[in-house]
Amino acid sequence: MRYIPNSPDERAEMLQQIGVSSMENLFDSIPADLRLRRSLNVPDALSELELLKKFDTTATRNPAANRISFLGAGAYAHYVPTIVDHLISRSEFFTSYTPYQPEISQGTLQAIFEFQTLVCQLTGMDIANASMYDGSTAMAEAVLMAERVTRRTKVLASSAIHPEYLDVAHTYVQHAGIELQHCAYSPEAGTTSHDLSNLDEKTAALVIQSPNFFGCIEDVQALADKAHAVGALLIVVVTEAMSFGLLKSPGACGADIVVAEGQSFGVPLSFGGPYVGLFATREKYARQIPGRLVGEAFDTKGRRGFVLTLATREQHIRREKATSNICTNEGLIALASTVYLETMGPRGIEAVATQCAQKAHYAARKVSEIEGFSLPFSAPFFNEFVVRAPADASTLLKKLANEKGIDGGIALARYDANRPNDFLVCVTETNTREQIDNLIDGLKYLTTKTQRHEAA
Amino acid sequence: MITKVTTHISPNERLIFERSQPGRMGFSLPPLDVDEAPLDEIIPREFQRDDKLAGMPEVTEVDVIRHFTRISTWNYSIDQGMYPLGSCTMKYNSRLNEKVARIAGFANLHPLSSEEEAQGALEVIYELQQHLAEITGLPGISLQPAAGAHGEMTGIMIIRAFIDARDGKEKSAQRRTMLIPDSAHGTNPASAHLSGFTVKTIKSTAEGLTDLDHLRELCAHGDVAGLMLTNPNTLGLFERNIREICDIVHDAGGLVYMDGANMNALVGVARPGDMGVDVIHLNLHKTFSTPHGGGGPGSGPCCCTKELEPFLPVPRIVAQTSVSDDETDNHRLKSGPLRLDFDYPQSIGRVKAFFGNYGMMLRALAYILTHGRDGLREATEAAVLNARYIANALVSDYDKPFASDPMHEVVFTDKRQARKGAHTLDIAKRLIDYGFHPMTIYFPLIVSGAMLIEPTESVGRLELDQFIDAMRAIAQEALEDPELLLNAPHSTRIGRLDEATAARKPVLRWKPKESHSTAAQS
Repeated sequence: MRYIPNSPDERAEMLQQIGVSSMENLFDSIPADLRLRRSLNVPDALSELELLKKFDTTATRNPAANRISFLGAGAYAHYVPTIVDHLISRSEFFTSYTPYQPEISQGTLQAIFEFQTLVCQLTGMDIANASMYDGSTAMAEAVLMAERVTRRTKVLASSAIHPEYLDVAHTYVQHAGIELQHCAYSPEAGTTSHDLSNLDEKTAALVIQSPNFFGCIEDVQALADKAHAVGALLIVVVTEAMSFGLLKSPGACGADIVVAEGQSFGVPLSFGGPYVGLFATREKYARQIPGRLVGEAFDTKGRRGFVLTLATREQHIRREKATSNICTNEGLIALASTVYLETMGPRGIEAVATQCAQKAHYAARKVSEIEGFSLPFSAPFFNEFVVRAPADASTLLKKLANEKGIDGGIALARYDANRPNDFLVCVTETNTREQIDNLIDGLKYLTTKTQRHEAA
Repeated sequence: MITKVTTHISPNERLIFERSQPGRMGFSLPPLDVDEAPLDEIIPREFQRDDKLAGMPEVTEVDVIRHFTRISTWNYSIDQGMYPLGSCTMKYNSRLNEKVARIAGFANLHPLSSEEEAQGALEVIYELQQHLAEITGLPGISLQPAAGAHGEMTGIMIIRAFIDARDGKEKSAQRRTMLIPDSAHGTNPASAHLSGFTVKTIKSTAEGLTDLDHLRELCAHGDVAGLMLTNPNTLGLFERNIREICDIVHDAGGLVYMDGANMNALVGVARPGDMGVDVIHLNLHKTFSTPHGGGGPGSGPCCCTKELEPFLPVPRIVAQTSVSDDETDNHRLKSGPLRLDFDYPQSIGRVKAFFGNYGMMLRALAYILTHGRDGLREATEAAVLNARYIANALVSDYDKPFASDPMHEVVFTDKRQARKGAHTLDIAKRLIDYGFHPMTIYFPLIVSGAMLIEPTESVGRLELDQFIDAMRAIAQEALEDPELLLNAPHSTRIGRLDEATAARKPVLRWKPKESHSTAAQS
């Protein structure tokens, strides 16, 4: 095996040196009847050439990867500058461990400190941690944190949050003594209803997503005021982090905890992961935050460095009293986001966000002009919007993919059977006008074709 | 004598924010190709950002390349050599696996693509599941958990859901105790707590194994839901009574969860499913070599018995049995063989959006296929051999608290060196001067001054010998010149950092100079 440095002869010599007569005897501490008396039923080893062929062939069975795509809903196709992958592929970053020995991990530690700072700047918050698994688990952890901070057990989450995020939150809180209730969204506006009858003095937090699952921008400030009026925290979830480039930060609108999916910043779609969860909050909650934190520190000669800090919150010290069970997070993906954000800078993030919004609005205008199509929600949006088709959206989208090679959006019936004709369209800076026009033409063509078909 | 390294210049580099110059730009974008609407017309002014993202760095591409290249050189990494962190399994991260994960047909695939159009991606998940089932001897698998602790939480929630279903809510409420050995990883109790269990600690024997009498005693009250056990345990010792341990817990109505952090000692040699274990998590970023990346991403598949399978997270990836009709076009579509199945009413639910850390699954599958049936066992043998080689060589200079032969990792203590004032931390820091990343220190907690060494199979004899020589030299220094250890490391760009002050007055982000000085005054 080419990854094992010692040759069979060297291994035999080592065995002899330690006085063990055979490889099998190395495992003498395992009772004989528990040892596997056969080879694993796994294929024979593949050479590099064979392995690449296998995976290349398998990848061809993912035609969706090559389509013109308008899919979003928590995973976004943004352009990734070449240097991102180059830098995260440096041995020193990708083959190092969690920075437990600061003297020989300053590269990782400084990068995380920069990441934490960037997350604070984008979200408008005081402090941020070194990352969570993804946006969905970050949201679940925020709910748990709200209970710790307020000592209240009811949490109100908007129904306009990504359904998979809500599912994850329900899993996380099911044994934590937290009652997770949903609050409705307005079917006209597409945003969380401000008539929050179950928001009361027992509520630990109100959780909203903005832009929400339907792409609509919530009035974060107004909802923060409502939450704060009863002493609850406001948790804001962001799945399309590029929106930070254009929209007022949740921190500036009064949010107490901001969590986000950071995939938009330099991370490939990769069929859903690995992504990176962003977690930011107010300084006063520093000791309640889950996950790792990197802080500034100095050595005896006064030289600045960075260390993992406030570790007494964490599982390896506090065990069952820890703020979370998280250990490994998404270090390398956080690094990718850091490289991305620093490369783009404030003007780049703003420019990409602007293009996303402009192109999405162009697409929305065009699609609403197609006969039979409409936009069911009236609230302003960033780069995602819901379209109501004249017929079943799943069928329409399938035909659009097969006949025109375009993934036109996500049929909302996937998550809500009461929305059979609705689909969610996402437009990013990577979508050209030509692609958008092709989408519009495709939708027109297919609906008129169906009408002709039905008439005949 | 220090043989592995010599000192050389180390570039200084400030924080990127301190490098920022207004007007520098590192990006390029094509011009906007649609008719531009006035911004206020599409997004109301009150929702627009008005701080211009102040404080974010303005730098060029060259600045970014130099910045990260410079700071990268401050890191130790596997590619530089042995990284003997016990229980972390720092083995070689193949470049081939990186290439596989970057194949466009996977990297550009959206997770909400239709199942028919993503069959290749689902095949990878399905195939990996099959191999992991064979390796663990446990047939039910979910690849959704994103890391080891996440897999633990999933496994413990499965135990809870199973007992709830078996005993009924009322009776099951009496079973809320999770037994965890005192040598366990901290994530174990934290995960048990998250699932609503009270933790009771099992003692270890003087031999370093689970105390069976104590286990029986704890199991006598009818309140035990399960046991969380690492095997080989965190002392590197195989729990040779594992079958009896499982029987005791099962007889008491509980289930056995195994922390798979140490699977690198077992792959191809023994299977948890054959030992009586009910559910286990694996760490693809340990045993199956996906890169640690300075702290993640990981992937923590959860594997369980047939009996527990209905409780696994949804969606499951299952083989299609029927062929569906596309009625509108009135011709039969050839459906792919794999699909997502949400129809598991007893499932604990979803633990993560989408399907888990897919990129890690690709790498792990590439690892398994590159090794093949023989290579997987060969890696296990080489890993255990390397650990035994170290155990054998260092026993003359360091206190080895447990006499038994270790598996893939070995624990020593600072007992002999501490007499002269040099402790585990000092030995670890001095090892840095010799060019090695230190071992895991002060873990497991039950061993005073623990040094847990796991070389993995990725280290050759020459480097093992260098490591052994370094450890022996340090043992000598501890006797003759303990100061040398107390002030170590001497060769790094910074010395030991004042962690106490850092935690007392935490500075967790950069701020512009002005606000820094006001903060200092206040």
